[in-house]
Amino acid sequence: MTNKTVLHAKHLESSAKMVDFHGWEMPINYGSQIEEHHAVRTDAGMFDVSHMTIVDIEGRDVKAFLRYLLANDVEKLTVAGKALYTGMLNEEGGVIDDLIVYYFNDNFYRLIVNSATREKDLAWLAKQSSDYSISITERPEFAMIAVQGPQAKAKVATILNGEQTAAVDGMKPFFGVQAGELFIATTGYTGEAGYEIVVTNEQAPKLWQQLLDAGVKPCGLGARDTLRLEAGMNLYGLDMDETVSPLAANMAWTISWEPSERNFIGRKVLEAQREAGDQHKLVGLVLEEKGVLRTGLKVLVNGEEGVITSGTFSPTLGHSIAMARVPRSIGETCEVEMRKKSVTVKVIKPSFVRNGKKVF
Amino acid sequence: MSNIPSELKYATSHEWVRNEGDGTVTIGITEHAQELLGDMVFVELPEVGDEVAVGDDVAVAESVKAASDIYAPVSGEVIEVNEDLEDSPELVNSDAFGDGWMFKVKLDDASELDALLDAEGYENSIDDE
Repeated sequence: MTNKTVLHAKHLESSAKMVDFHGWEMPINYGSQIEEHHAVRTDAGMFDVSHMTIVDIEGRDVKAFLRYLLANDVEKLTVAGKALYTGMLNEEGGVIDDLIVYYFNDNFYRLIVNSATREKDLAWLAKQSSDYSISITERPEFAMIAVQGPQAKAKVATILNGEQTAAVDGMKPFFGVQAGELFIATTGYTGEAGYEIVVTNEQAPKLWQQLLDAGVKPCGLGARDTLRLEAGMNLYGLDMDETVSPLAANMAWTISWEPSERNFIGRKVLEAQREAGDQHKLVGLVLEEKGVLRTGLKVLVNGEEGVITSGTFSPTLGHSIAMARVPRSIGETCEVEMRKKSVTVKVIKPSFVRNGKKVF
Repeated sequence: MSNIPSELKYATSHEWVRNEGDGTVTIGITEHAQELLGDMVFVELPEVGDEVAVGDDVAVAESVKAASDIYAPVSGEVIEVNEDLEDSPELVNSDAFGDGWMFKVKLDDASELDALLDAEGYENSIDDE
């Protein structure tokens, strides 16, 4: 059984090529993935991300619950609308999912989690929350559209009413605000400025059409993947999963070690890993000659092995880039076993393009 | 349904062959193939002067999605390659049967063309996929 978002018909109107994405029929592209990629880097593009799961958590124990549930600390969130990126870990310190949590008040937070992990996430939330006085509510009545690119905010501004314009005026990155019928957040998955907009299912097709009319280019999952990879953002299921520590997934910055008395799920294992220094690390790889580094290729580092977790051709840079999980002893280069040959690639921090510019 | 020109011959591995009538053929990949592969990012072509035989993997079409071998549909000597693809691999997407051609071969044995599919045969072969 395949799920469809409320924007399915709009995608077909724009000649989308649809594919199955973890049980959802989603657009992979609307003709050219590379043109869509460039639209986001140079102008404005939009993505239907309605398949993602919105979960509202309310009640007097919400903060205590989330401080136990998540590796990052929601105690950092004190201003209404502020968002936080975090891993949700299992007892073994593996990543069940990565998610964004929005703070509304001490009794009300919103999580946005991946669609591919929806069922296990909801089951985990239910299991872990049994001792807390909270209510967990999935919000399938909402669709979500991500509008991204240097002209994204300006193009969205042309369709907002006065109240909404005032609500988003001067909003800093990683904030969300309820603006009339829309929840508008300055978050994204491309390394460009823009918004992620939560809208009711009923209103979503109209909003999509207004954005199209404002000159925002529809973009599929193909471009979404090359954009996030250039930005050095992890994709759950490839760059990390339940068997991978956040320390091996470039997510150490999302772990709040202080205060040390805060117990969160997975903490003991992570502390031991940090002490031992035995985890691999996630790095960026750059191949400037012909060829494309592909997911799953083997990486050789001083006789030890690593693996490319995500690889692609970077449309912005004109050559291939990848993220790889490798031994910590890695130097400035390593070898990758490609089709029929072994190539030497450059090793950098896993971030390639931000705000349209090369960053390494 | 993809465009499948009737004047061309085809291999089941999605190459097209145009008989130039002078003992040479031009070879590329079909519109259907480029649709399957998505945006092309690199095309590795054979060298002029290479001797190729039917079924040899002689070129690679690398797209955003995958690297795909291209097989020689006929035997002979490579006499020309499409150097425009070096800088503009997207020609394979925009004009698979025209500007996106890949290489030309001087036939060893013109009767090999008879073993290739006609447009209808190729259409049937992709319907079966």
